[in-house]
Amino acid sequence: MRMFVGSNLERRLAAGDFAVTAEVGPPRGPDPADVKKKAGILRGVADAYNVTDNQTAVVRMSSIAASKILLQEGLEPVMQIVCRDRNRIAIQSDLLGAWALGIRNVLCLSGDHQSAGAGGKLKGHPGAKNVYDIDSIQLISVVKGLRDGAVQEGGDSISPAAPFFIGAAWTPLGPPEKFRTIRLAKKINAGANFIQTQAVYDIKRFAEAVRRAEDMGLTDRAAILPGIIVPRSAGMLKYMNANVPGIEVPEEMIRRMKNAADPKIEGIEITLELIDAVKNLSGIKGVHLQAIEAEELLPDIIRSAGLLPRPRIY
Amino acid sequence: MLFTKDKPLEEILESLGAESNIFLLACNGCAEVCETGGEKGLSTMKAAMEKAGKKVTGTDSVDFLCNKVLVATRLNREMDKIEQADSILVLTCGIGVQVVSKVVNKVVHPSANTISVGGLQGLWASDERCEACGDCALDYTGGICPITFCAKSLLNGACGGTHDGKCEVDSEKDCGWQLIYERLEKIGRLENLKKFHKARDHSKMFPSKDLRETSFYDIEK
Repeated sequence: MRMFVGSNLERRLAAGDFAVTAEVGPPRGPDPADVKKKAGILRGVADAYNVTDNQTAVVRMSSIAASKILLQEGLEPVMQIVCRDRNRIAIQSDLLGAWALGIRNVLCLSGDHQSAGAGGKLKGHPGAKNVYDIDSIQLISVVKGLRDGAVQEGGDSISPAAPFFIGAAWTPLGPPEKFRTIRLAKKINAGANFIQTQAVYDIKRFAEAVRRAEDMGLTDRAAILPGIIVPRSAGMLKYMNANVPGIEVPEEMIRRMKNAADPKIEGIEITLELIDAVKNLSGIKGVHLQAIEAEELLPDIIRSAGLLPRPRIY
Repeated sequence: MLFTKDKPLEEILESLGAESNIFLLACNGCAEVCETGGEKGLSTMKAAMEKAGKKVTGTDSVDFLCNKVLVATRLNREMDKIEQADSILVLTCGIGVQVVSKVVNKVVHPSANTISVGGLQGLWASDERCEACGDCALDYTGGICPITFCAKSLLNGACGGTHDGKCEVDSEKDCGWQLIYERLEKIGRLENLKKFHKARDHSKMFPSKDLRETSFYDIEK
């Protein structure tokens, strides 16, 4: 397989190792110490770390700045970019800037609509004007243009090229389900090299979706990393099942959490089982772990899953 | 007054693809004035289609194509010719194309791009919306507009926010791309979803110099 940027994540996947990515959400304030604190907790436990871009349409420290702080702390970022807030001029400008700062992995997303406001938990900015000048698939092709063609979307050339390892999202169980594989194919055709999925709880249905992708030859063309969000209570699972698009939680799992003596321990147990299950699926190249605002849980989880220490390739 | 401008013929032919039997339907309202529709538009398009080797199974014009009841009633008498056709090429604005798609179970193709919806909009009194993006994609989306129906105006939708067929913005609002999927499934055109739509050229939204110099623009000044 051709090496695009030689990032840690890319090398790990190229070597055929089971990759681990984790998520680092930037703070709502300006203090770099908040990012450094999370970096300290997570250093060494994953191959790369997703830095979210104003997720759930709540203003946070920019993903480009937080990514740079991670780099300084010795963690490799996957800089997320959403299409909600910037047009193609601003996005490309930021991509060039990100490359100059040493950022090599990007994840291209549409972005939650401005009405999201952290699912109603925060005020957010529902009155904001959205941009969506380009969509996530067009964004992938723009990044590919900067990398493979050394050309901007409008056709002007750049020198040198700005190579990125390109990621995209997949919501395999989002409706219409059959369409999701077609859309995954569109993303891979547009240039996506790795895919991080919406959180997986229903292994059976996820496995069927992966099988469909495999039948289309997609799992050979891009590395699929299923997302797993560490469950912490039955309520959280219930909430995600009812309200988060594309997340399907089996009733049995919700019951199990409800009956657990210690939901926190049970949630870790479930996470480990999920990691084990996806590890054994054909076509799966790693896992994308999220412990939203409970990052301290991740090192032990990753260790217990037998995924530590992360191999060094350098 | 709603301004439309013919799409380049190559673009129309690309969208028609292998379909060889075409029914032409024109609007006698705003599109007639813009000469994209009406008798003039019809005769020009019929000649162009035949020159390109297509069979025109029939032609008709309705004033106004934005009026669903009128269109449904009127097309009834042409149904045998429409049935013989692979698709309908609709010579009007984006709203008219959406209306035709809604009342006839056929593949529709827009022949024009809608550039401005300023002023009176024919007899349109329903829920179709046209943002006059100047680069109509209704032929690929089963006549349902992704620009106005999708909260993010995605051309390569649906995003990951679809939930039970509803939009992430409002659980009461249908996801435009869910509707597009269902429509394409119904008309046997799911393969349309594989098409990658490049980044939009937003400059197409603005009326060109020749359009701005027409008397209609003068009146609105």
